[in-house]
Amino acid sequence: MSEIDSAAVLPAPGPAPLGARLHEWVVTVDHKRLGLMYVGAGLFFFFVAGIEAALIRWQLAVPNNHLISPDAYNRLFTMHGTTMIFLVGMPILLGIANYLVPLMIGARDLAFPRLNAFGFWVFLFGGVLLYFSYVAGEGLYGAGSAPDVGWFAYAPLTGAAFSRGNGTDYWIVALLVSGLGSIATAVNLVTTTLTMRCEGMTLGRMPLFVWMMLVVSFLILVAVPPLTAAQVMLLFDRRLGAHFFDAAAGGSAVLWQHLFWFFGHPEVYILMVPGFAWASEIIPVFSRKVIFGYPMMVAATVSIGFISLGVWAHHMFAVGMGTTLNSLFAASSMLIAVPTGIKVFNWIATMWGGRIRFATPMLFCTAFLLQFTVAGLTGIMLAVAPFDWQLTDSYFVVAHFHYVLIGGLLFTLFAAIYYWFPKATGKLLDERLGRWHFWLFVIGFNLTFAPMHVSGMLGMPRRIYTYPADRGWEPWNMAASIGAAVQAVAILIWVWNVIRTFRRGKPAGNDPWNAWTLEWATTSPPPAYNFEVLPTVRSRRPLWDLKHPEDPDWKYE
Amino acid sequence: MTEHAVAVTAVPSESLRGRVGMLCFLCSEASFFAVFVVAYLFYVGKSATGPTPGAVLDLGLVGVNTACLLASSVTIGLAIRAVRRDRGRAFVGWWASTALLGVEFLAGTAVEWHRLLRTDGLTIATNLFGTSFYSLVGFHAAHVTAGVLAIAVVLALAAAGKVRRRDAERLELLSWYWHFVDGVWIVVFTSVYVVGR
Repeated sequence: MSEIDSAAVLPAPGPAPLGARLHEWVVTVDHKRLGLMYVGAGLFFFFVAGIEAALIRWQLAVPNNHLISPDAYNRLFTMHGTTMIFLVGMPILLGIANYLVPLMIGARDLAFPRLNAFGFWVFLFGGVLLYFSYVAGEGLYGAGSAPDVGWFAYAPLTGAAFSRGNGTDYWIVALLVSGLGSIATAVNLVTTTLTMRCEGMTLGRMPLFVWMMLVVSFLILVAVPPLTAAQVMLLFDRRLGAHFFDAAAGGSAVLWQHLFWFFGHPEVYILMVPGFAWASEIIPVFSRKVIFGYPMMVAATVSIGFISLGVWAHHMFAVGMGTTLNSLFAASSMLIAVPTGIKVFNWIATMWGGRIRFATPMLFCTAFLLQFTVAGLTGIMLAVAPFDWQLTDSYFVVAHFHYVLIGGLLFTLFAAIYYWFPKATGKLLDERLGRWHFWLFVIGFNLTFAPMHVSGMLGMPRRIYTYPADRGWEPWNMAASIGAAVQAVAILIWVWNVIRTFRRGKPAGNDPWNAWTLEWATTSPPPAYNFEVLPTVRSRRPLWDLKHPEDPDWKYE
Repeated sequence: MTEHAVAVTAVPSESLRGRVGMLCFLCSEASFFAVFVVAYLFYVGKSATGPTPGAVLDLGLVGVNTACLLASSVTIGLAIRAVRRDRGRAFVGWWASTALLGVEFLAGTAVEWHRLLRTDGLTIATNLFGTSFYSLVGFHAAHVTAGVLAIAVVLALAAAGKVRRRDAERLELLSWYWHFVDGVWIVVFTSVYVVGR
């Protein structure tokens, strides 16, 4: 044996060179690394879309403002919405599932690791493509830039005649490509969950997180392809002269709305159910009680999945579908409040009588419960078709869905990040900074979006780049803009918290929250193979059984 | 209770994984095609100008195509049975027939499209019928093309003597895709050549 050979098998002294480490990340098929890259890329786009939102609020702070031109404003709200849904929400929820599902079911990786890597890279490519439109959207006409047709890109505005340049084409292709990534990851998550659970991990013992991500994955499989199909049709219309959405040739602009919302409304649940999933893991641990009504939670999730496929046209009450369809979709939309309400009551019942510890993840979950209930109530109001006619396309709707996606989803996301950060990095985020982040964010969020209910009821429409001074909208808009600044400060505190923790955070240990699911049974961060010996479980709380051999759960389940 | 539960979950075999994955993929494909079928049916009879489906669609040719595609589902099934029983030559025979039947379907479609484009002047931009017809039938044909290419790759491997019984499971999954594309054709045929004509 030569000396070179023996040197090759010795551990390298010190960390590998930067190039080698980056290369490892690029070629990895490990579900944990891909999960972290998903979340990291999602957070990057979160800052981009957050800056877009800040510009929007800056422009709207005072009436008759001319900081941003109308055209640039149209691009801003389109890119803000598109980015937040497709490049922030989707990758982060898929990334967290990527990281946690195999750990929680006692598996070593996802079913198809290379497909998983494909999903991530194709998503990232789509994201880059969307933003590339700012420089390349001009096209041959010299008339375009980034897409400016709203995140739902209504026909006929998107037709070749009205949307010049290549902006809309970039919107189509970017989302189509990242949608393929979502479908690939959904295939992976369903297969992993159904075929790779460790010994004893029956469906009835799976953590609720895994159950809910299973439902989300099914929704992705059913709901994302119709968007892909509709986008292909739109591309054919724009580039090949087809007539799908061309009313002049008998095509239907309303068909686009049906197809888009057949994707768009399940998408709301694709985004929101992961929030429920994170909360369902965190609330029991910080209440020191088992989740209340586990079977009902599963049943409610599955019913939300089914009902969410049948409510899409409540986005279209104002297009004149007729009384029958309006009534049908109003009824189905109200119906979905039932399983959702069951969940809220179950979370409250879990907290009831528990020994609650208000660490940062629990603070965010508690605020989520209150704010999400507000979102649900305005949702029921908007499900009443005549009420919707009055307030459709107003800031009331903007307030409603930001209470869902920020008050609900983003709050649970922060809870999840504070909760699982120690597992992924081995270090605990600072609690004091976490509380600052939480309180400033609660204040900033509510200050931004609560006033929009009022400005909406006063008649302020969405998507206007400025407004006159005599409508009584000024105080509400000023409040919202101040709130946005407070939110920005809160986010910066969180960024500082993350940076500081990376540099000199407290070591977390394997199980800092005294939790019960399998991801806490391995080291923090987990080794590449997750578990040295694949675990065997006998109840829904395998770690409780391990810690309390005298009083294990499996005796009662 | 516990014993039973363990027995059920303790088979995370490779084959189960592939099957569930393929079913999920086909589920998303079905959802994709459903939208084009709905759009086709929604636009039946709504074209502002001709040509209409009744005037230009030739049932004779498409009948032959349909028969070939349906027959290919049978031949691929027989090929899978042969490879599971390790009968290499029977496998190659049935597998090659499947490829031929698939190629016939594509060639038939090419003839049909050529006639529509040249003789009848129907393009994707002519009217709503052209728009929805070429999209739906075209996406199906693209799926058949992908299937034929995959089948051809396997055929080349088989000719090199590299397809064995141990590959049966993977070939089975490919056959599921083929059956699916076949099933989609039944829906497309019914919508385009029966209901919409």
